[in-house]
Amino acid sequence: MSRKISEEEYKRQRIVRMKHWLSGEKDLYLDNMEVIPYGEYKPDKKQMELYEHDRDEVMTRTYDTEHNRVYRFFQRFYKMAAVLCCVALILILAVEVSYLPPVGSASNPASNEVAAKYIEDGLQDTGAVNIVTGMILDYRAFDTFGESNVLFIATCTVLILMRNDKKKGKGSAEDEERRDSFYEPKKDAILQMGARILVPIIMLFGIYIILNGHLSPGGGFSGGAVIGAGLILYLNAFGFEKTERFFTEKTYKTVSFGALLFYCLAKSYSFYTGAHHLESGISLGTPGAVISSGLILPLNICVGLVVACTMYAFFALFRKGGF
Amino acid sequence: MILMEWLQFVLGVAFLLAGVGVFAVQVFGVFKFDYVLNRMHAAAMGDTLGIGISLAGLIILSGWNFASLKMALIIVFLWNASPVSSHLTARLEAVTNPHLERCCEMEEGVTEHIWDEDQKEIIYADKTRRRNDGCI
Repeated sequence: MSRKISEEEYKRQRIVRMKHWLSGEKDLYLDNMEVIPYGEYKPDKKQMELYEHDRDEVMTRTYDTEHNRVYRFFQRFYKMAAVLCCVALILILAVEVSYLPPVGSASNPASNEVAAKYIEDGLQDTGAVNIVTGMILDYRAFDTFGESNVLFIATCTVLILMRNDKKKGKGSAEDEERRDSFYEPKKDAILQMGARILVPIIMLFGIYIILNGHLSPGGGFSGGAVIGAGLILYLNAFGFEKTERFFTEKTYKTVSFGALLFYCLAKSYSFYTGAHHLESGISLGTPGAVISSGLILPLNICVGLVVACTMYAFFALFRKGGF
Repeated sequence: MILMEWLQFVLGVAFLLAGVGVFAVQVFGVFKFDYVLNRMHAAAMGDTLGIGISLAGLIILSGWNFASLKMALIIVFLWNASPVSSHLTARLEAVTNPHLERCCEMEEGVTEHIWDEDQKEIIYADKTRRRNDGCI
């Protein structure tokens, strides 16, 4: 049996309020917090006089090279002290280096059973020919997951700091004039020709690096950086009107969030089954083939997507304050 | 056969040394000159001519194989990318420097207005912008 509830009661439900809060329609903290708006700025006369007095004092007494002996002493011995500090540091480090164990010695603390295990069983356990990728995306996958999240958080921080909140459409002519990007070369024919040749090659190369991450040196981070560089070159050559057709803030949100979510779920499943000695059902395939080594290829693609989006988002935010 | 190997070695080393010489000239020029256009010229020279000659030497030394094909592709890539970036540096300097005529020889009235065909607007060097650093 269903019963209709009154609209007020419906609005008071926790899930509805949560929905409102998520979409930013109502600030739940607004009722409880007291916000005092700033009044108009009035310079205090006494404060200003004190400030000017202090400034004059600094200029006349502290930087008076003829009478201020401390300043003269500082000027004379500053460079000498800097050189001495540098030389001392170099000497200490050089002595330290001479005590380091020899490279490649079997008794080094670095060459313990962990590294040996990675090298011996890496191909069997992970199915990746490239041991490094097998290490960072299988044995230590949560570490890589944290790194991808750091990139995402960094973009969020830059978004908070650099975001241009103005509505779309051009501001006043003065605002346009004041921006540094006003003087950047726009729609340069030579750059466009170069980008037309280079961007497809760069993109293809980035995709190749990502897809071959488990077979040859490379992987999600380097391939994603290459793709991000290609996107930035395309943006510089053709401007924001062209890139906004396929890359907006929404694209960034969807791609980054989807990639991170897939990474988290896939690796949680794999760790859960691994810890309980269950069959994960993910076959490792034949080593050396492109589609092999289980989860490593999709995880590489996820990391590459996150890195490429982060690089492009940084550039767009620092240049325009938006996508 | 031994003669061919010797010829290959001597040619490769000669090309490599010539490339290193060009790089030396580039580094000298970048630190010697003050003005951005002069420095840009020096830097671009190393990125195109220097890297081209050096990689040609390496190609000759390594012979006809896959690695030399990769090096040839590097040359093609750099010859596409480096001149374009130099061009952009020069254009930015020409657009933002209000007193370009003091820094280099140029035709009369070029700084006054540069007509942009695509934007249908005049890109000009803003005289009110304070830039007292001279020709640097």
